[in-house]
Amino acid sequence: MPREYRTIQEVSGPLMLIKQVEDVAYDELGEIELASGEIRRCKVLQVEGDNVLVQLFEANAGLNLSSAKVRFLGRSLDLPVSQDMLGRVFSGMGDPIDDGPAIIADKRMDINGVPINPAARQYPAEFIQTGVSAIDGLNTLVRGQKLPIFSCSGLPHANLAAQIARQARVLGGQSNFAVVFAAIGITFEESEFFISDFRRTGAIDRTVLFINLADDPAIERISTPRMALTAAEYLAFECGMHVLVILTDITNYAEALREVSAARKEVPGRRGYPGNLYSDLATMYERAGRQLGKKGSITMIPILTMPEDDKTHPIPDLTGYITEGQIILSRELDRKGVTPPIDVLPSLSRLKDKGIGAGKTREDHANTMNQLFAAYSRGKDAKELMSILGEAALSDVDKLYAKFAEEFEEKYVSQGFETNRSIEETLEIGWQLLSILPKSELKRIKQEYIEKYHPIKD
Amino acid sequence: MIEGKVIKIAGPLVVASGMREANIKDVVHVGAARLIGEILEMRGDEASIQVYEETAGLKPGDVVVSTGAPLSVELAPGLIGGIFDGIQRSLVAIKDVAGTNLHKGVDVKALDREKKWHFVPVAKVGDKVGPGDVLGTVQETGPVLHKIMVPLGTEGTVASIKEGDFTVVETIAVVKTDKGDVNLPMLQSTPVRNPRPYKQKLMPERPMTTGQRVIDTLFPVAKGGTAAVPGPFGSGKTVVQHALAKWSDVDVVIYIGCGERGNEMTDVLREFPELIDPRTGESLMNRTVLIANTSDMPVAAREASIYTGITIAEYFRDMGYSVAIMADSTSRWAEALREMSGRLEEMPGEEGYPAYLTSRLAQFYERAGRVKCLGADGREGELTAIGAVSPAGGDISEPVAQATLRIVKVFWSLDSALAYKRHFPAINWLSSHSLYADDMGKWLNTNIDENWTKLRGRAMSLLQQEAELEEMVQLVGVDALSAEDRMVLEVSRSIREDYIQQNAFDDNDAYSTFDKQFKMLKLVLSYYDAGIDALKKGAQLDDLINLKARERIARAKAVPQEQVDAAYAEIEREMLAEMASVIGKEED
Repeated sequence: MPREYRTIQEVSGPLMLIKQVEDVAYDELGEIELASGEIRRCKVLQVEGDNVLVQLFEANAGLNLSSAKVRFLGRSLDLPVSQDMLGRVFSGMGDPIDDGPAIIADKRMDINGVPINPAARQYPAEFIQTGVSAIDGLNTLVRGQKLPIFSCSGLPHANLAAQIARQARVLGGQSNFAVVFAAIGITFEESEFFISDFRRTGAIDRTVLFINLADDPAIERISTPRMALTAAEYLAFECGMHVLVILTDITNYAEALREVSAARKEVPGRRGYPGNLYSDLATMYERAGRQLGKKGSITMIPILTMPEDDKTHPIPDLTGYITEGQIILSRELDRKGVTPPIDVLPSLSRLKDKGIGAGKTREDHANTMNQLFAAYSRGKDAKELMSILGEAALSDVDKLYAKFAEEFEEKYVSQGFETNRSIEETLEIGWQLLSILPKSELKRIKQEYIEKYHPIKD
Repeated sequence: MIEGKVIKIAGPLVVASGMREANIKDVVHVGAARLIGEILEMRGDEASIQVYEETAGLKPGDVVVSTGAPLSVELAPGLIGGIFDGIQRSLVAIKDVAGTNLHKGVDVKALDREKKWHFVPVAKVGDKVGPGDVLGTVQETGPVLHKIMVPLGTEGTVASIKEGDFTVVETIAVVKTDKGDVNLPMLQSTPVRNPRPYKQKLMPERPMTTGQRVIDTLFPVAKGGTAAVPGPFGSGKTVVQHALAKWSDVDVVIYIGCGERGNEMTDVLREFPELIDPRTGESLMNRTVLIANTSDMPVAAREASIYTGITIAEYFRDMGYSVAIMADSTSRWAEALREMSGRLEEMPGEEGYPAYLTSRLAQFYERAGRVKCLGADGREGELTAIGAVSPAGGDISEPVAQATLRIVKVFWSLDSALAYKRHFPAINWLSSHSLYADDMGKWLNTNIDENWTKLRGRAMSLLQQEAELEEMVQLVGVDALSAEDRMVLEVSRSIREDYIQQNAFDDNDAYSTFDKQFKMLKLVLSYYDAGIDALKKGAQLDDLINLKARERIARAKAVPQEQVDAAYAEIEREMLAEMASVIGKEED
């Protein structure tokens, strides 16, 4: 039985100071027993002599300095894992909340994970067909990638994420897949949207849900994504499954971090977020990937809402520096009725190059992709010029580019949330659109592909 | 041995008491797992230690032992082709010992102690040798001949030396010194925080060929120079760094992944062995050393990784080689510095960075340069340093970018607007600069073509004119421009799209020699010259714009090096013929 301390000195926000403590380790997990018998958890943030500063994982309401007891458990916060987790619903702290039985643990895993040795990673190169043209054709997702969705408040990022979860598959392979979903401080309605979508498609039996809703204690959110990733690591690297992890919404997570940092009176970084936000986010995002000699993979789609639609806000900014690309949703396209409103130009998949091409998608994929980007970009410029100076100000070629940009948004990007396009269909639509332009403009496409795939033959 | 006890743990910072006898900057072992740390500060008998591994599980009372030596790297054959963490532990060895994940407290050496290398003496018995003199050589990989040098502080006569197969710790030579006989193994170690000594620093004089046209032609970097690549995420910093690591004409490349993505290091690790160096015909991995401290690895070791990397680079420079070091990204290094500074409760400077950020950055870049090495043979070595900067929000007014720009001579400004258009490398030609352009231009005039600087100057001024004309077009439309100005727009577009833009994934386009660069730019500009001429002779602008040969100019980059002369001459002939045919044509 571990020693109990009744020497709580201070509770302020998510922090608690305990005096005269012996033999406690940094990062150790503690339990606080209230007079009512209720148990809450905390972890050691700093040890100085016999003073221990801990961070609460749950709310501080009801804590009494004189009656509460603290025990330290000699281990860090961990999650009991087993394959039986599939189909179950857990709280943000990893406790079952679906009235089902407790999980009989196959093992307990530290929720902080252990960094993957870069020499033991396997480079992600397997094409995932999401059925969404703007992703498959232009910002291709591969197995083991971390590709966030940068959204703005009021945009349908949930629909897009659900669509990806529903349609994603690897060509030509039966695979052992699972979805791990973490709701981080989102509303009941948003969370229910995902759950009912998983239920509708039957995916719910292959899904592990971790739910921390907006009215749950903010401080629990710091653990929620780590719980989810720990479950995902177990399923992927111990059970050999291909796991898709959806984390929503990272902005809520970062705000919870800021709360703890402010309570600790740390020197703040940009916009009051802790100076180590980059490293903190990285220890989560980098848990995605593939490992040498292991069958499974973790593909991660974190969702975040950009405050003020601002991509340079620290949360999207630091995320973009860590993740392997980003899918950016645009309010302007949403207003135009483009669904999904993916702004393809600033969107990017860094790993696409090794996931596309002959044998994976099709030989002309890379060339047409670059051509579509370049043409859409020029078309948008032309449209902008046209709105200032009128159509007459454009050269003949630029008029065609403007037309291309218009149709590109309409036919390529705007496909709706229920359409599931194969990669061939996506490439075909791309060629149809490129045929608006004269062949001599298609400089980024090899001559042989133009001859083979261009819908208008000479 | 100095032994203290832990009294405080806060993240990577540990404070230990009973350390009065230890030195600042000594390496210490902390706790039962013998985590590696470095002493940053001493107050009375309390030492503040930055620990290079995860500190979870440490307790007050845990033992701290000082090694009495500063943080050092091991230098000997076995470095090339290796991948090491920030404090030079071999990641491959860790993988073999501990599996796919990086658990703490794994004790592995940087270099293999078992492997035998074939040592060939250069010095003879009776030779007088001093620091930097070459004792002998080991053919470490195909392209790298590893020179075994006399370590610092050893001077005397060679008493014995023999050819044979040795491990790095076996004695290869005995040197008789004032203080008695010294047994020298191949392995030596050097502290990382101080520059390795050399005889004399020299001015850089020749360009580092990178094969990237926008760099080599417009903003060249000298061998022994310094360059920075700042840019927001998604603008292609890493792609530029990878391209430089692949194609630079140097003997050894040190690539430091400092706080960056794990998969990027994996990419290098998997791709480089397959790629062939166009100069040596050998695998690129055979000249590359990787230092990987990815973003999820402990933050303190990230701070050390930069120094580990540059010290290894200096070691190869001291052999008389041209070495390039790529640090991706120095911003993550600065953040690690900031994090430790915050934990030490130092007074922050700008944006929370410590006040010594600028001087630390300057010290790092100043370790680059062209030098006359130690040793009697008067060999020269070059160390080129290229740092990526990841400014918050892509705004280079932040402290790390600003401090870097004050130091480095070359600034490749990455532009997200170009990246969105998939114009790669997304280096903006208007906001970048190179202070080496003039000096390197002279070298190129002598060694490539006497018209090099002239050609470059014309391309730059056309691009400048284009920017001004574009502003006018935004106001009055393209039709308001004169035909000559329209030609400027056309040729500038051609310079941008057909010349500067380069496809890193195309076999023939990924790398261009200086020769190809010169001929290609000449071809692009010849269209302009001939076009202006044709306009004077009455040709219609639209005909010139729609010339069929322009499409061939656009595809000229895909011509393999050996066909360049013939193919470009033919394109030029075709273009001129076409021009001639439109001059006489009446307007419809």
